[in-house]
Amino acid sequence: MTRHLKMDTPATSRLLDELPSKLTGKPMDRPDGPKKVSGTATYAHEWDIDGKVFGVLARAPVSKGKLVRIDKSALDKLPGILGVFSEDRFLRNPAQGTADEAPIQGVSEISYFGQPIALVVAETFEQARHGAHMLELVCEADTDGVYDPEASNLSPEKPEDDQLDQGDLDKAMAEAAFTVDSTYRTPNHNSAAMEPHCSIASWEGDQLTLYGSYQMVKYNVNELADSLGIEPEKVRILSPFVGGGFGSKLGIAPEAVAAAIAAKEIGRPVCVTLTRQQVFENVMRRSESRQRLRLAADETGKLTGLGHECLVSNLPGESFHEPVLQATHFIYGGENRRLGMEVARLNRMCAGSVRAPGEAIGMQVLENAMDELAHTSGIDPVELRKRNIPETHPEEGTPYSSRPFAEALDEGARRFGWDKRNPKPGQQRDGEWLIGMGMAVAARVNMLMESKARVTLNKDGTAIVETDMTDIGTGTYAILTQLCCDMLGLAPEQVETRLGDSNFPKASGSGGSFGAASSGSSVYLACQDIRGELARRLGCSEDELQLENGNVSGGGKDSALTDLLAGENIEAEGHIEPGETMEKVKQATYGSYFAEVAVNAVTGETRVRRMLGVFGAGRILNQKTATSQCYGGMTWGIGMALHEAMEFDPRDGHVVNNDFAEYHVPVNLDLPQLDVVLLEERDDWASPIQAKGLGELGLCGAGAAVTNAIFNATGVRVYDYPATLDKILGGLPELEMA
Amino acid sequence: MTDTTLRINGEERELSADPRTTLLDALRNHLGLTGSKKGCDHGQCGACTVMVNGRRINSCLTLACMHDGDEITTVEGLGQPGNLSPLQAAFVKHDGFQCGYCTPGQICSATAMLQEVKDNWPSNVSDSLTGEAKLTPEEISERMSGNLCRCAAYPNIVDAIREAAEASS
Amino acid sequence: MRPFDYHRSEDGRDAVKAASEKGALFIAGGTNLLDLMKLDLMTPSRLVDINRIGLKDITPTDEGGLSIGALVTNSDCAADPRIREDYEVLSRAILAGASGQLRNKATTGGNLCQRTRCYYFYDPDMACNKRKPGSGCSAIGGANRIHAILGASDECIATYPGDMAVAMAALDAKVVIEGQGGDTRTVPVRDFHRLPGDQPDKDNILEPGELITHVTLPAPAKGRHIYRKVRDRASYAFALVSIAAVVEMDAGKIASASLAFGGLAHKPWHDSAIDDLLTGEAPSEALFDKAADILLADAKGQGSNDFKIPLARRTLKAVLREATGERS
Repeated sequence: MTRHLKMDTPATSRLLDELPSKLTGKPMDRPDGPKKVSGTATYAHEWDIDGKVFGVLARAPVSKGKLVRIDKSALDKLPGILGVFSEDRFLRNPAQGTADEAPIQGVSEISYFGQPIALVVAETFEQARHGAHMLELVCEADTDGVYDPEASNLSPEKPEDDQLDQGDLDKAMAEAAFTVDSTYRTPNHNSAAMEPHCSIASWEGDQLTLYGSYQMVKYNVNELADSLGIEPEKVRILSPFVGGGFGSKLGIAPEAVAAAIAAKEIGRPVCVTLTRQQVFENVMRRSESRQRLRLAADETGKLTGLGHECLVSNLPGESFHEPVLQATHFIYGGENRRLGMEVARLNRMCAGSVRAPGEAIGMQVLENAMDELAHTSGIDPVELRKRNIPETHPEEGTPYSSRPFAEALDEGARRFGWDKRNPKPGQQRDGEWLIGMGMAVAARVNMLMESKARVTLNKDGTAIVETDMTDIGTGTYAILTQLCCDMLGLAPEQVETRLGDSNFPKASGSGGSFGAASSGSSVYLACQDIRGELARRLGCSEDELQLENGNVSGGGKDSALTDLLAGENIEAEGHIEPGETMEKVKQATYGSYFAEVAVNAVTGETRVRRMLGVFGAGRILNQKTATSQCYGGMTWGIGMALHEAMEFDPRDGHVVNNDFAEYHVPVNLDLPQLDVVLLEERDDWASPIQAKGLGELGLCGAGAAVTNAIFNATGVRVYDYPATLDKILGGLPELEMA
Repeated sequence: MTDTTLRINGEERELSADPRTTLLDALRNHLGLTGSKKGCDHGQCGACTVMVNGRRINSCLTLACMHDGDEITTVEGLGQPGNLSPLQAAFVKHDGFQCGYCTPGQICSATAMLQEVKDNWPSNVSDSLTGEAKLTPEEISERMSGNLCRCAAYPNIVDAIREAAEASS
Repeated sequence: MRPFDYHRSEDGRDAVKAASEKGALFIAGGTNLLDLMKLDLMTPSRLVDINRIGLKDITPTDEGGLSIGALVTNSDCAADPRIREDYEVLSRAILAGASGQLRNKATTGGNLCQRTRCYYFYDPDMACNKRKPGSGCSAIGGANRIHAILGASDECIATYPGDMAVAMAALDAKVVIEGQGGDTRTVPVRDFHRLPGDQPDKDNILEPGELITHVTLPAPAKGRHIYRKVRDRASYAFALVSIAAVVEMDAGKIASASLAFGGLAHKPWHDSAIDDLLTGEAPSEALFDKAADILLADAKGQGSNDFKIPLARRTLKAVLREATGERS
């Protein structure tokens, strides 16, 4: 049995609001929680597999050049060494998300410092690590490496599909009552998931099983098979627990392919885990950006022109570029528009998706520019945004689906006490601290992806959900369980959700915030199919069917569920596909952030004192896990605003701060107690369950609320992220003895 | 190879391993105790936190052979599904994790941290070094700052610890 | 990490003897040594485990001070009631550093030997005179936001990263060292660490095989104890600038002052001219500026760390304001 839905028209029913069980949306504890808090959830490194040996990757010590030869002689006398591997099938860098095929491969051409070009395998981890250090990789360095995206002799590429010239922006700027023309820079970011990338490869004959830490299993199977030159049918991937992804585990990565090659050769399972330094050096970075923002507004603050021109970078040959302009296209009006994208080709590690690619830095900077416009025009920042909410898509003319934009602004301003903000910067002191408030808008495109799930209603009245969907901390185990409970009238302990096995039906995977709505819709459809079958057996219509506490009723009839099952399981597959609703309307998620910061008047250190986020993302599937996602996003925003930055050596492009001591992700004390409000919303255009994506919305502009608050506190506008104290010091007042 | 006897979660375990083996790798790769996690291997993230003789340490930055005869408590020793410790249960209730990878370290760290507060140890945010140690949210945050959580469950972690601490006092 | 011979000592004599061979190193907490060994940056052929040789007590000295055993952990030192009461600046400095877990393992002697956090020292593929004398200094002309503005040389611009020793320098503590012959020597903390000069591979004055046994604190210094650490995140980060200050006021004048600085140089920075300038004077902005002038007279930025010069001035003045002002 299969129920398929292509989302060509908006949903006509809101079944989840009508069912007797209303677990969906409730703050249910994660069913996987007890395992996680007791250390019994199995992450990639931890599978107990007989004969497992360990591999450690060795890196290219030059930024551009050739691998001439590998001198293994120092390894000859070392105990336990099982082999040194280095060959053309090795991946230059991880595959981009949804690539579905191998990325660029090979070890002879070196494109960036840290490229993994050899693998040492030994009986123990200690032996392999030592072997990797002793291995001599003789490389020839080229002298024409490119390390500076803004070098004057570069000619960045201009991707054709990412340029817009509408009306006459220059004229609009010349005629405007108020203008902003500012250039901002944002640094490179690393996902820095807590679990380093890891794969155990194990062969039985020509059948490969990969125990990995991957976000998008169905794509990863094809990427791994293509990389190795084998059929996808010969590959099984297991990824039931993922220790954080944030985009860094979207595509198959070098450690998986190297492990598979070595395991085949040695005839034993091989476990390869990246060191933390390797995670920083060869797993996707979010590209740095240079963003020029031009805003032209009339006397009322209404935009007449909007310019957003960016420069980002990537390795040669990579199709991905940071989609900085994604939300700029639809969030604000302004009839004269110029949006442009340039991509510089650098010998820096690969750029790819890092949580909320595009909006994370695009909205951050756009919202700084809007704050500048508010300051210049003297219009309240919240009011300014409200005046610029467009009726229809300002470039395509399409209507919007559900859009609680103004509501998020009003609700946030009210709850935060925005009316107490003094618009004049530098006015509020608390001892040595300067206090300020800032706000910003959140926006993120919404996507639905093809996804499948199988639901089995067992003859004993329990159910099993199976899909190769992953839970990267996002709450998939919880929400799929909740949906199944509601649809089949079961209690959470009667439903088991199994994820992350490529033998299961192929899901969207986790990425782009689309996982919950896409995989949730597939479970919903599978359950609908089962409901249809139960209705048929009972003799009522599907609409009349009521499932509750193991009872089936409808059309004046009722029966015990187990009686209707009559000793047999019912199995159904749900299959959702995106359709025309993606084009007929502009679908997106919205929100607002409000932050209060304290900036030390002596040192320029900034502390966020409180922060509120108000978000609308369609139906919320689990209040608890959704709130946690927003906390996470806002924390990323705070980190990006205040201290996160990958630093590259200007001379050879290598990552200088390749560990947690010097790449500063926020620690517990960096956070105030955050407040999150989730707006009640249903978006019928988005999915049959009226849900939209939420996992990334929390950081799509969050950092701007913090830096706008710094401006309000100090009068210092930081154009070069992050706003570390050295960027603020020069604008601070001289203090005197009390 | 070095022979070491470790008392782990109340049980005597013999280890015969390369002296280069860290306590963390001994637990994960030799003794089947994979609850303690490796996030950085350099004492910069706290995912490997275990208790040795009652005190929390980074198990990645110590050699197993240095702990002959020591009492080691890992997350597995604090509680198991169906029999969680109050702190573990509070982490589930307050969603003090997302991906779960830093969680065993957070919980071991918090368990030992609560004892440090009972022992009246001060912290960097304590107003007075000679007064009574208090468990304010700021104190919890400072004392837990050696445990990174990239999912950023920090507000929930603080809530979970507060609740468990209040329940026990 | 290279193979090594592991030797566990049960007493200090045995430890010193076991460390006599070339390539041997003591291991106490191991929090920095193992960190570096994993990256192949330190490659001892023998590790002498000194965790069971005693030296874990804090005892009074005849001079009215305290003697801290080299193996007293940072946590135990910071939590000791006598340290908290009489040497607040030391407790504060220790608590400002690292994390609870690291402080539980790190020891008094080991922390003094903590090596720099220079990015290039930490990368085996980069030239570094500290790691490989003569190979060059990649930090000069590279990424050097965290590097030294005082006392650097053309061969090394690394900083000493610790906090504890900065407070010890302000307190004028002494390091007691046992040598290979069983003899002991005592060196002021202020002279324990070195400036890089043309030998940046030598962090401090310890000779191979020498063992730190104690750190002694003089009789308690009266007055206000302050440790102020400026860093990029709120906790668990190394100092960009830190200041340890012990300042006593008497009748509106500074009766005594002792200041030391972290994050600025290859060693905890102490300049007695600053202490001398302040002593006997009434506090004023002009006086504080003069103190900063002395501190920063020879300061030299490397580009990305230029900000440390105004940051050090502002922080010093704020610390002096706090130390000489009304108690809140």
